[in-house]
Amino acid sequence: MQLTPDEEAALSGRHGDIMQMAYRILAATGEATGAEKLVPVEWVHLSGVNYNTIGDAGEEFLRSIRDRARVRVRTTLNPMGFDIDSVGSYDIGEEFVRKQRSIQESYAMMGVETSFSCVPYDIFPMPRPGSQVAFAESNAAIHANSLDGLHTNKESAFSALASALTGKSPYGPLRQDMPPDTAVEMAVPDPTELEWGMLGYFAGRVCEGHAGICGAERPDSRDCKAICGGMGTSGTCGRFSFGGDPSGREKVEFGPAEAAGIRDELNTAENGDVIILGSPQLSFGEISNLVAMLGGRRFAKRCMVFCPRVVKARAAAVGYLDVLERANCTLLADCCACLTPLVSAETTDSVTTNSIKGAYYLGHSNGVGVCLKSLNRIIREETI
Amino acid sequence: MVGGRARGTVMRSFRPINFLGMIDKRTGMVGDKSHDLHGRRLAGSILVFPNGSGSSVGAYTIHSLHSQGVAPAAMICERADLTVATGCAVAGIPMAVATKSEMEVLHEGARALVDTDTGILEVES
Repeated sequence: MQLTPDEEAALSGRHGDIMQMAYRILAATGEATGAEKLVPVEWVHLSGVNYNTIGDAGEEFLRSIRDRARVRVRTTLNPMGFDIDSVGSYDIGEEFVRKQRSIQESYAMMGVETSFSCVPYDIFPMPRPGSQVAFAESNAAIHANSLDGLHTNKESAFSALASALTGKSPYGPLRQDMPPDTAVEMAVPDPTELEWGMLGYFAGRVCEGHAGICGAERPDSRDCKAICGGMGTSGTCGRFSFGGDPSGREKVEFGPAEAAGIRDELNTAENGDVIILGSPQLSFGEISNLVAMLGGRRFAKRCMVFCPRVVKARAAAVGYLDVLERANCTLLADCCACLTPLVSAETTDSVTTNSIKGAYYLGHSNGVGVCLKSLNRIIREETI
Repeated sequence: MVGGRARGTVMRSFRPINFLGMIDKRTGMVGDKSHDLHGRRLAGSILVFPNGSGSSVGAYTIHSLHSQGVAPAAMICERADLTVATGCAVAGIPMAVATKSEMEVLHEGARALVDTDTGILEVES
């Protein structure tokens, strides 16, 4: 990757150790993406916030740089481990809360907007199409490239942090108009968001960078979010598109057999003790839709609903928060279903969810059993 | 991709590694029952695998493994991905992408010397 004299100076340490670390990260990112230069980015979204995921080493790392590191562009933040409004009702320990607070403080000191959301595309105005951004959260990066007309590498937590500190990112293939490398045909009839999430998970494994989806029209925003979540979980693929001529590309079919294979892998329980919605977090539109789908019925078991803080506030303002609480739902802001300490193997045997991303991390990292059902089916079978 | 020199025993995987979802960040143990390295500890190995996958936060997992003293001595992949490259960059773990013919000699249990600055790879069979 070609660097300007000023960038070379930063890499060699002449602008201090923080800038040197940032440029080392960008240099490795440039190598990994085959980029030839760095380009300015106008918005960075960081991952690496939940104490459950970054641990003591991450907390110490952020504490060690926070006095000297400052972000140079607008920077927003992924979810943390809990909702401060209700953390007292959960048995997650004083140390967890203290370390999580330290992480929050470190990001705030660096100038980061502590938005605690994995769906920046649902809660912030989008820059004009064609803008270069750097999104670390995998579902958000895929959403930005595929549905918002933005350009980002499929950033790592560190490459996005380096972009926040420098305002720059390597000009990798996803930042340019990279054509689809593989065509994936949706061959499951009448897919729900569950099958779309599975298709995303499947495509993430078989496509290297850009999946061209054929055999179906672009589905609604819930289904598209499910593709983003599933794809971000399984692979390195950072973009999908619909339509386009699949001829000349390798074509793989995602049919009932492939869906069954993923179900075998991720569906590990017949029933859930708790229902989990919101991985990625739910938008205000999805919350409104949930209220409408419930139509006055309530869940027979507890339902945890994860959403951004601004969505929870808006739901409270229009009365949905009360409606959902009466329906046995708990709305949780600032955190997300995957890797939250609010759901652990000590307190929960299994969960029911419609999220492939949630299923993967709840199963692999939280260590609980997972029962996969579409939202329609959850409401049909689990409400009274 | 990340310069440095390391010597160790090759641990060979044929499946992508999701560092956030599969690896215990404190012990370096592979927890995913469906993975071909299930139950193994990564510490000190020359970890050879196709590529990293999944969460962007896996980069912090690699940093954590290094802080805990349980990280691989070097990582060699078939395909570059940002999570592995930047995690290794912050942790100072030598990391490189190998050619197909190099991958073929990096078999499980082989002793290897990796120097990613000079591109030297020596494998004792």
